[in-house]
Amino acid sequence: MTVIGWLQIVLFCVVIVALTKPLGYYMTRVFNGEKTFLSPVLRPIEAGIYWISGVDEKREQHWLTYTVAMLLFHVGGFLIIYGVMRLQAVLPFNPAGQVAVAEDLSFNTAISFITNTNWQNYGGESTISYLVQMVGLTHQNFLSAATGIALAVALIRGFSRASMRTVGNFWVDVTRCTLYVLLPICVVYTLFLVSQGMPQTLGDYVDATTLEGAKQTIAVGPVASQVAIKMLGTNGGGFFNANAAHPFENPTALSNFVQMLSIFALGAALTNVFGRMVGNQRQGWAILAVMGVLFIAGVTVTYWAEASGTSTLQALGLTGGNMEGKEVRFGIVASSLFAVITTAASCGAVNAMHDSFTALGGMIPLINIELGEIIVGGVGAGMYGMLLFVILAIFVAGLMVGRTPEYVGKKIEAREVKMAMLAILVLPLMILGWTAVGVVYPAAVASMANAGPHGFTEVLYAYTSGTGNNGSAFAGLTGNTFFYNLTLGCAMFVGRFFMIVPAMAIAGSLAGKKSIPPSMGTFPTTGGLFVGLVVGVILIMGGLTFFPALALGPIVEHLAMNAGNLF
Amino acid sequence: MDTMKLQKRAPMSAMLDPKIVLPAIRASFAKLNPRLMVKNPVMFVVEVVAALTTVIFLRDLVTGGMNLGFTFQIILWLWFTVLFANFAEAVAEGRGKAQADSLRKTRTESQAKLLNGAGHDFKLVPGTSLKVGDIVLVEAGDTIPSDGEVIEGVASVNEAAITGESAPVIRESGGDRSAVTGGTQVLSDWIRVRITAAQGSTFIDRMIKLVEGAERQKTPNEIALNILLAGLTIIFVFATVTIPSYAAYAGGSISIIVLVALFVTLIPTTIGALLSAIGIAGMDRLVRFNVLAMSGRAVEAAGDVDTLLLDKTGTITLGNRQATAFRPVRGVTEQELADAGQLASLADETPEGRSIVVLAKEKYGIRGRDMAELGATFVPFTAQTRMSGVDAGGSSVRKGAVDAILNYIGGGAAQAVATGNAVRAVQPSLNSDTAREIQTISDEIAKAGGTPLAVAKDGRLLGVIQLKDIVKGGIRERFAELRRMGIRTIMITGDNPMTAAAIAAEAGVDDFLAQATPEDKLKLIREEQAKGKLVAMCGDGTNDAPALAQADVGVAMNTGTQAAREAGNMVDLDSNPTKLIEVVEIGKQLLMTRGALTTFSIANDVAKYFAIIPAMFLAFYPQLNVLNVMNLSSPQSAILSAIIFNALIIIGLIPLALKGVAYRAVGAGALLRRNLLIYGLGGIVIPFIGIKAIDLVVVALHLA
Repeated sequence: MTVIGWLQIVLFCVVIVALTKPLGYYMTRVFNGEKTFLSPVLRPIEAGIYWISGVDEKREQHWLTYTVAMLLFHVGGFLIIYGVMRLQAVLPFNPAGQVAVAEDLSFNTAISFITNTNWQNYGGESTISYLVQMVGLTHQNFLSAATGIALAVALIRGFSRASMRTVGNFWVDVTRCTLYVLLPICVVYTLFLVSQGMPQTLGDYVDATTLEGAKQTIAVGPVASQVAIKMLGTNGGGFFNANAAHPFENPTALSNFVQMLSIFALGAALTNVFGRMVGNQRQGWAILAVMGVLFIAGVTVTYWAEASGTSTLQALGLTGGNMEGKEVRFGIVASSLFAVITTAASCGAVNAMHDSFTALGGMIPLINIELGEIIVGGVGAGMYGMLLFVILAIFVAGLMVGRTPEYVGKKIEAREVKMAMLAILVLPLMILGWTAVGVVYPAAVASMANAGPHGFTEVLYAYTSGTGNNGSAFAGLTGNTFFYNLTLGCAMFVGRFFMIVPAMAIAGSLAGKKSIPPSMGTFPTTGGLFVGLVVGVILIMGGLTFFPALALGPIVEHLAMNAGNLF
Repeated sequence: MDTMKLQKRAPMSAMLDPKIVLPAIRASFAKLNPRLMVKNPVMFVVEVVAALTTVIFLRDLVTGGMNLGFTFQIILWLWFTVLFANFAEAVAEGRGKAQADSLRKTRTESQAKLLNGAGHDFKLVPGTSLKVGDIVLVEAGDTIPSDGEVIEGVASVNEAAITGESAPVIRESGGDRSAVTGGTQVLSDWIRVRITAAQGSTFIDRMIKLVEGAERQKTPNEIALNILLAGLTIIFVFATVTIPSYAAYAGGSISIIVLVALFVTLIPTTIGALLSAIGIAGMDRLVRFNVLAMSGRAVEAAGDVDTLLLDKTGTITLGNRQATAFRPVRGVTEQELADAGQLASLADETPEGRSIVVLAKEKYGIRGRDMAELGATFVPFTAQTRMSGVDAGGSSVRKGAVDAILNYIGGGAAQAVATGNAVRAVQPSLNSDTAREIQTISDEIAKAGGTPLAVAKDGRLLGVIQLKDIVKGGIRERFAELRRMGIRTIMITGDNPMTAAAIAAEAGVDDFLAQATPEDKLKLIREEQAKGKLVAMCGDGTNDAPALAQADVGVAMNTGTQAAREAGNMVDLDSNPTKLIEVVEIGKQLLMTRGALTTFSIANDVAKYFAIIPAMFLAFYPQLNVLNVMNLSSPQSAILSAIIFNALIIIGLIPLALKGVAYRAVGAGALLRRNLLIYGLGGIVIPFIGIKAIDLVVVALHLA
């Protein structure tokens, strides 16, 4: 570990914290339906969209209506992606002449993109046309992100409202999020990426003649526009198979830094939106502090593990940490930091191969996702996921002050606990359940490239990534098989929607409750005690759920490695 | 608070009392009935698992299996876990049962004198045959056959059967002392009682059911907690059932009994076992305070109370106002005023009247005189005149509310007088210097929290007697404590705002409602509730009933009317309104105990993982022995020690569950920090020590 390395990490944290407040202010105005500096330009477009689609923007929805609208919206998204993938051969914008994508892969990919996972069992440049990238994938990158944010805002409204039946209008929230938040940032962001040397073209792949005289086809395309939203919307689906490790997808150190920032920016800002909407920004900062503590702990472990390398490497005379699977352009710090960020948020873009990290260094990304991606998390998803944990933490510990537990003025009662538990149960059910099948089912075992604990970790990581809607892969596992396409599709679907529906039920239930003014008897949820409590509950709940699996994966691998056994 | 009374029913430690422990042990086995167990999801799961492993064990016993001794021990401890949980519940119930038995004795068959018509003709019928609406005669020596309302007569009644207090109380028709309880005994005189409760639903019947816990329903918070525990149980089902597959991948296998041991130690058995005992003990604590909660929900709500409405008289101040000074107008001596005041009060048997006589005697040595000697006639207080006095030897002395006296002097000049606010009401008759002076003095008195009582003799204003409310000693500290708990206190009084403000300031309440009518009270409660607050109040009169019903916690005084007792969700047998504060504390204690033990239970799991996971996988991943931080001697002893600890901790925590976690009014943050440290951090550390110690014993005894 070096001072320069730590300075990079500190700089990253400082910029994120600095961005949180202004972005939070702007987003709060957007979701409260107030005027922003972009309103003169965007308002007519917004009004036009409502007019064409027949949405009454003044009319708010009950949580159930809101949720059903969201689900219908995703059915549509699924059909579009599945359709264009199956039909890409006969559709335009297919200069590379890609053929129809197989049914199971289309299914997996469609689920993957509507759930904001962007797990890629396909190689972008070798499988799908520009049309699929743009119409199928990029548009879902926007909409799945906007959906996540809309849902988080609906849940926040549950906390901030009192005695109301509605939580907002899904169509309005998604439209405003896309129009006022995602699109403007992406326009600027895309231009920035192009300035860094990223391609943005609808032209053919470029043929080059190498020094040896061989012909090489260089894949290009509308890269910058997709990268902008894949980062900002924590989608993570790369234009190229190598994702952010590809020079065209991450050309410079600056583009790497800005990409990392853009993964966290909106998720962190949502904590401020929460604080503003419940009427006390410190509530938001406390949540961000919980995320910050877990994040810095994760970065420290991964950076330490990668920088100290392994005894095996040192025995071979390789000093200076573990560089296997990392881009030399980025080095250990930027790769470790990127890995922790992309898994803390549910982004899943990668600039290094997590598979090649040391056992402990690679365990942190795994734990990040297993905890439910609540460390900033996927845009919106991280916020509502975190609020579920807060509800549980407050419920258990809040009793210890001798009152029915309450959070920001809302009593946490049976319904909230039931729904939060239901949502959180999804994680062990999908992750541990499918891993148990994956490591013994013969058709699945064939996909593993490595034996022993490392192979186990690959499978565990795949289902963790899918369920957590992260989308990053541990590599080493051949995912494009009938078994994995189907089971991962299931994990992604359940991991997303079986978490959303209970979260929305909580939003509805909370919105209908009275708001209790705080008193001396209310336990303050803005201080260090609260932060420590929530961190503790998250670690213990996560630790208790996944400890056996982690012990049999990365932990035993690490111990074995120290004893000289490699897998 | 009368701590004497609290100890009156405090039993010796229930865990040591053979009268409770022996039946509890029997009950622990009876409660194994799955139909009863299913109400407690966590322990039900343990029972099912124990039963299944027992079946497997018996099969292995016949077919010959490996490690039978070890398996047998694990199964034994699984059953102990379930039995200990049942024992905890049985002990908690046992304390109530003893009380129920003594109550039941009062419900013996009695004869009732059923009246037919308005006369005194009655026929003897069995008490059990009475219907609601029947009218019975109860005479000295009779036991009141059922709950009812006194419609005629007055009698002294011994209510020791329900209150434990042997001093008799007066019950009379009309007013707020009209309710009588079946099973209590009339000591003197007679009353006619209209029966208001059907057989089986009388006060004593309900009390028996309550203390026995027979009709105990899960409270909202208990339901929420049960959901959390069930959810955790399901998480651990996933965490353990997937292990065999992982093990198979690693080329090993794991025996069912080891998996079961891991599962049972991980699920929150500690809190699952003690949850219902905590609830029963909470109710029981209230009963020992002589408060009967009609539902557990009310006890829980008490912990959440934000606003406390307290009647001024009897709660904040001593029941009676007392004369503290004579304030004559110019030209009149204090002596003269005191003399007239005493004369006017000689026949006045109210506490205020008596205090005037006493003050005159103490301060000016004026002896009390005999009315008959003076040939005086007493003019009693009426609601119309609002004054009282004496006519003797041609002179007449009157004392009363300032406006009433002015009115009396002014000969009806102030017809426009409004009732209530003395200060405002006097305005029209401010026509003389004396009247103005009286006015000034009474304003001063009112501002200081006193009540002015004007005295006139033969049409001449003499001055004002200052009556003062005496704030109870120590009450100010109680309110400060409540404030630290986050509870706002509001004083309710019929006094005018000025007097109320002065007393409120003296007593240290946060707010007051002056000149309160029952409608005002109800409105105040509704307003507070609309702000999301939970309101507690106590009351006794029939006109309190709507407010009692509206309040989240309504404590009715046992001396009160039947209507009040039905409207409230708690009844205070001692009729001591200050007890609301203790009720709130008990509610908080109940919630805190649940939270503390849940936290403890979950925190325990960390150590159990470190005991069992390395032991479980040692055969195929010997490297994992690094995780055996407790250095347990063998895989078998590690697993056995974990499950023994898991069972014994239930027994170890029964006293805490029954006694409750101590509540301190130190503010929520400090309280949480303290409890997190004890039950959170303690919950992580203690099992490491406990399991290690048990491991040493297990090895020493060669159990594994």
